[in-house]
Amino acid sequence: MRGERKLFGALSFKLRGGELLRIGGANGSGKTSLLRIACGLLEPTGGEVRWAGENIRRLQEEFWRQLVYIGHANAIKDDLTAAENLHVACTLAGNRMQPAQIGEALRRLGLAGCENMPARVLSQGQRRRTALARLALSEAMPLWILDEPFAALDLEAVEHVQNLIAAHVSRGAAVILTTHLETKIAAALRIDLERA
Amino acid sequence: MLAALRCVIHRDLLLAVRRSSDVLTVLLFFVIVVSLFPLGVGPDPALLRTIAPGVIWVAALLASMLALQRMFASDHADGTLEQMLLGATPLGMTVAAKVFAHWVVSGLPLVLISPVLALQFDFPQELLGVLALSLALGTPVLSLIGAIGAALTLGLRGGGALLSLLVLPLYVPVLIIGAGAAEAAVSGLGGHAQLLLLGALLAFAAAFAPWAAAVALRISTE
Repeated sequence: MRGERKLFGALSFKLRGGELLRIGGANGSGKTSLLRIACGLLEPTGGEVRWAGENIRRLQEEFWRQLVYIGHANAIKDDLTAAENLHVACTLAGNRMQPAQIGEALRRLGLAGCENMPARVLSQGQRRRTALARLALSEAMPLWILDEPFAALDLEAVEHVQNLIAAHVSRGAAVILTTHLETKIAAALRIDLERA
Repeated sequence: MLAALRCVIHRDLLLAVRRSSDVLTVLLFFVIVVSLFPLGVGPDPALLRTIAPGVIWVAALLASMLALQRMFASDHADGTLEQMLLGATPLGMTVAAKVFAHWVVSGLPLVLISPVLALQFDFPQELLGVLALSLALGTPVLSLIGAIGAALTLGLRGGGALLSLLVLPLYVPVLIIGAGAAEAAVSGLGGHAQLLLLGALLAFAAAFAPWAAAVALRISTE
């Protein structure tokens, strides 16, 4: 429920390690709300979300320690450099990284030379890349939840992020994402939300 | 977990340094408001001495109000707050770290400059320490209580006015006890009892306010 509107109901799905779930649907069909419910930011009006059999409302930090969520907002501070932003994002998630690893992750996302620039001067796509560089450092996290990860990215970066996701899935981790692009990763489960 | 808390404090202080105008606004507001009183009330030393603690405390209260709204607003706007809600550290601890950084930026400067401002009121020099100490114990309480209000009004239209209405009544005990400490010291009674009470308020607020603010944040981001 969002406001007075019922977005979706009677929705049930199960995701195992090594699976990718792609949530589709028109604008306003509730994709972001579903992701926010899945990661525990939003309480569902009815029903529950379980992680390894336990309700995530009870697990709290124990669940969040294993989760990477990258939402619509990039969580990038204008006054910090790209490297500082990435360092803060990783440390908040309980994933401490050395400066060398952070530089390497930014380079892998094609941000070589931008590490020490304040995020204010980066373009929208470069900010998105900075946020997504966290994925390259989160290989140990068993669940990634990504809201429109390819928005604002150019073709080369889309390719790169898709490779990161494919590698993560093949490592046996689970990924949930929303996107309008066709992903090339095989064996994807799909849920299409209809506009209510 | 300590690494995450250090990181939050370091980040907030770094942001304050890179955006120093925000810090200076609060400090200048405090200085100007306090300086207006001797100009408006007139140069009677006895009267100025009497009103000094109250004026400085009320000004500190208003100055710290000024900075409150910013406590979570920018993190909310750019999505960092969501990452904090989903962080590996319990949210209450993260909030406590943020409140601490907020106090260092908006409360500590007031404490440090208050003895200089008190001189304008012919405040007894040997009692400047009591005044500064009362502010040092009281302003963190203001930040802690304010954090709850800031979290509750996050993302609301006209949240600033609502925040003042919500938080100012809760500041009253701190104001009475804080200004009372300096007044008691001036009148020769010694302000120990009031300072101890302020310390107790601080301990109580430090233990509970971050958790209350954390719950409020979860509600207002849903």
